[in-house]
Amino acid sequence: MKFISEFRRSELAEGLISQIHRQSKTPARLMEFCGGHTVTIFRYGIRQVLPQTIDMVSGPGCPICVTANADLDKAIALSQIPGVIIATFGDMLKVPGSRSSLQEVKANGADVRTVYSTMDALKIAEADSNKSVVFLGIGFETTAPTIAVSVLQAEEKEIGNYYVLSLHKLCPPVIQAILDSGEVKLGGLICPGHVSAIIGSHPWEFIARDYGIPCVVSGFEPLDILQCVDMLVAQIENGESKVEIAYRRGVRPEGNQQALKLMEQVFEPCPARWRGMGEVPDSGLKLRQEYQRFDAELAFDIALSPAYEPAGCICGDILRGVKTPLDCQLFGKTCTPQYPVGPCMVSSEGACSAYYLYGGDFGG
Amino acid sequence: MEDKILLAHGSGGKLAHELIEKSFVKALANPFLAKLDDSAVIDLSGRLAFTTDSYVVSPIFFPGGDIGKLAVCGTVNDLAMSGAKPLYLSLSFIIEEGLPRGELDQIVESTRQAAQEAEVEIVTGDTKVVHRGSADKLFINTAGVGVIPEGIDISGSNARPGDKVILNGTIGDHGIAVLSQREGLSFSTRLESDCAPLGSLVAEMLAASPNIHCLRDPTRGGLATSLNELAKQSKAGIRIEEEKIPVREEVLAACEMLGFDPLYIANEGKLVAIVPAEDADKVLGAMRRNRYGKSAAIIGEVRGEHPGRVVMKTVLGASRIVDMLVGDLLPRIC
Repeated sequence: MKFISEFRRSELAEGLISQIHRQSKTPARLMEFCGGHTVTIFRYGIRQVLPQTIDMVSGPGCPICVTANADLDKAIALSQIPGVIIATFGDMLKVPGSRSSLQEVKANGADVRTVYSTMDALKIAEADSNKSVVFLGIGFETTAPTIAVSVLQAEEKEIGNYYVLSLHKLCPPVIQAILDSGEVKLGGLICPGHVSAIIGSHPWEFIARDYGIPCVVSGFEPLDILQCVDMLVAQIENGESKVEIAYRRGVRPEGNQQALKLMEQVFEPCPARWRGMGEVPDSGLKLRQEYQRFDAELAFDIALSPAYEPAGCICGDILRGVKTPLDCQLFGKTCTPQYPVGPCMVSSEGACSAYYLYGGDFGG
Repeated sequence: MEDKILLAHGSGGKLAHELIEKSFVKALANPFLAKLDDSAVIDLSGRLAFTTDSYVVSPIFFPGGDIGKLAVCGTVNDLAMSGAKPLYLSLSFIIEEGLPRGELDQIVESTRQAAQEAEVEIVTGDTKVVHRGSADKLFINTAGVGVIPEGIDISGSNARPGDKVILNGTIGDHGIAVLSQREGLSFSTRLESDCAPLGSLVAEMLAASPNIHCLRDPTRGGLATSLNELAKQSKAGIRIEEEKIPVREEVLAACEMLGFDPLYIANEGKLVAIVPAEDADKVLGAMRRNRYGKSAAIIGEVRGEHPGRVVMKTVLGASRIVDMLVGDLLPRIC
């Protein structure tokens, strides 16, 4: 079986689209939590093929976008310490903090290196024991286990110059924070696929049970999203709210127990700052006491000036699903992918970037 | 000790002469180089196409080619995209000291083979050796000239509403092959770069129809960027269909894994042609008969509406804008 082209077949899509049109009667707003889903939705024009009853809104599921400026500033400040190498996934380079970006400090001589996995960062530390390597731990439950493994390996191999700046975020608590704020009323939630591959579908059950919102875990191909919308519409029309998995080839209800165990061994929940939402309890991960010697925040003296957000940028509101990029005065004018002002325009999974790159109605 | 390139090989002295004689003149044997004069003297008549390019790909060897083959093919293709018959190239090597002599010889041999296939002669060249760290193994700079046959007028500004957009095969092979090699990513099948000289393909296309309006090789920035350039230069809209664009399953898989869009991945053996509708089938037929056009396909057409923009009909039947590449997707792939 071909795992990609099979999920992009137009004849199957047509069947699902007409079924959704037949079925959907009740107006409903569906939120796709995950930035990867946002990209699929825009890349394939899914909003255009859905009935008018369905209104789609993007959620906070882009780890780069939700990283608060104060935390970005911390990473940039670390890069200025002599002897420190910053190892990071490529997406982080361009994101502007309060005053600068990693890309800018790199051009000015800071040692910032793009890696494709945490193991690459560990290799850099092993190869250059006179330097300190700080890995930027930015991501959701999907990346946290791999960073946990890197910490365990560093301990086993006695690599003393490897550190993690843990800015990890957890998804279910932030959805709860959004729902509790009462700012957006959701008729259904498209739950993230990769995050659920790790945590399983159980952690979403409180949303269906306590908030009465239908939840379906989706994959990332266009047919996955259409099937997920179809299942959400079925729940809505039947007056049900439960958690279902449309992404069966990737997600089991219990998740990936081994990954969860590793994560729990190394990290514990802590409050975390989210862009646009402030501090959300138990929505972050910090290194447990046994592993604190790997904690970059404790190992280095980081000098920080107060953080601030760019004037006029509404990324925070967009991440909460309260506004869309089209509501932003900067969108497409002073804020473009070439000259981004806010993180949602920088990140390839950001809502502003998806609206900008794939947006506009050119039907016909 | 392995034989390595030393700073003295670029000194202009005895070692330099020995390197030029043994590694270049002998391998690339032709009367222009053999003269060892300061410049090649060539008789040419007609409309001249003249291009230059530099190659800094890392790693210098990758599945399906190396920096030498890439340098020849890239330059030949730039000439062919103006409808010219590529004729003569220059090759300048900037070598980091310590490059194994064997690797240099292998790369020179690749340039020889590629030049032979492309029916061009390498008529002049230069060698410089720089300190370790001042270059990364090997950089190559080229120039190339070719002659444009009578009656051919190819330019990015010639696209007209109604024209068909034709692509000669699968996209994204080169960028993903180089990236996989560099980052040690492996896929179930070995993906090779599509690096190839397209001079003969273009000649056969022009023989089928001298009325081809535009030709472009979608290298850095990929198909999306080339189509945007053509739409902007011609002040016309281009509409393509996602389902018609050939992409290998392993390229799709790699793109999914790495978060890329194949439309933006570099190619080194691909061209996009914009052809009057009435000649499209003839040109397509000629392409499919050439080894570098076997999976050629009409992927879209030029429109009067949305001038300067490229719009794609997705597999779901919806439409979306295809913008130019922003920023740096994959550094140093050519």
